[in-house]
Amino acid sequence: MKTPIQFRLNGEDIAAFVESGANLLDTLRESVGDLSVKGGCWQGTCGTCTVVIDGAPRLSCVTLAESCSGKSIETVAGLRRGAELHPLQSAFMERFAAQCGYCTPGMLMAAKALLDKNPNPTRENVVDALCGNICRCTGYEPIIDAVLDAARGDSRRRA
Amino acid sequence: MTVNVRTFARLADAATALSQERGARFLAGGTLVMRALNEADPAIETIVRSTDASLSHLAVSSGRVELGAGVTMAAILAERELAFLHPVARAVGGPAVREAATVGGNLFAPTPYGDFAAALLALDATVMLAGGFGQRELPLEELLGRRERGNTLVASVAFNRPAADSLRFVKVTRTHPKGISVLSISAKLPLASGRMTGARIAYGAMGPAPLRAKAAERALEGRSLDAAGIAPALAVAADGTLPADDAIASAWWRREILPIHLRRLLLGAGHA
Repeated sequence: MKTPIQFRLNGEDIAAFVESGANLLDTLRESVGDLSVKGGCWQGTCGTCTVVIDGAPRLSCVTLAESCSGKSIETVAGLRRGAELHPLQSAFMERFAAQCGYCTPGMLMAAKALLDKNPNPTRENVVDALCGNICRCTGYEPIIDAVLDAARGDSRRRA
Repeated sequence: MTVNVRTFARLADAATALSQERGARFLAGGTLVMRALNEADPAIETIVRSTDASLSHLAVSSGRVELGAGVTMAAILAERELAFLHPVARAVGGPAVREAATVGGNLFAPTPYGDFAAALLALDATVMLAGGFGQRELPLEELLGRRERGNTLVASVAFNRPAADSLRFVKVTRTHPKGISVLSISAKLPLASGRMTGARIAYGAMGPAPLRAKAAERALEGRSLDAAGIAPALAVAADGTLPADDAIASAWWRREILPIHLRRLLLGAGHA
């Protein structure tokens, strides 16, 4: 059985039919076509699928799609403005904060949720904000440095 | 297999639906049930949800705390009056999990999860069960003892507000800053004239469900919180526990390190 839902995705109104019991991750990728959201574990463990819902970070793989009706969802696809990268994206490039890149969409959205609420985070704040996101490549330090750079406005646009 | 999702405006109606269908599960924050759905758990045929505002009710007075079962860990962290629970709520996953994970869901989290439930146990919490014909109150310890049986729906949790700094908590993990529990210990340690009176100690991941360390509690009664005073409690720290062998730790390891971390907690020493 399919259920109709409506929500805002990166500022645009979206209407979709979802399978009963479907998670938001599969809905965004398969029903809406937003492939910027990545699936890692489908267990709520790795953080790769992190999106921002009504200003808060959420794991889309363990979020019931039907529960998102009327909500505002942000994914990494909505970060850049035309050719201009988001400061977090620029900082990630400059700090080499992505290697294989698979965790990057989730890292960026977890970081965005932090900076939207706390524009001047401490290193400890950043570590806590990213503690639910797993990266097997970087050792985390470049990612933490990139988020702090973005918060300080140190990143330059390279796009 | 497609599941049927049923959403109810009233919690009582959700409780009725839950009790009538054997394959029904209540969905709160989703961190556990959605995971089971993603794995196509054949035991789940129906998802029951409720949009009842009472689920997110949070009330703190000078003497009593009431938490709707749908109150999230993030909501607890946003409430200054609940600062004594902040270390516990912060130990539940990363920020994205804390935005979803609920008080009620934690009561049913399979071991080694459920650290928040263990803290509530140390606070002598009671739970209000929702039913089609009204609500009834139950000690949390009783609920945890029978949580595997039947489709129980918790409406709220309540407990007396502890004296300042009397609740201590430690979560032992193998990965930092965040990992799944090897074990957790919550302890409410009321002191009268320098002596323990009515201590409550609860463990997470030391049994099939969070449990009280009653032998250690008895051994602390009337004692002082120093090395000599707590020695009898440490000797019986693992009494009554039944930890699991799992991917996080062996049962043997859990029993071995339990008194070490209990000692540090009782003496107020820092934890790694």
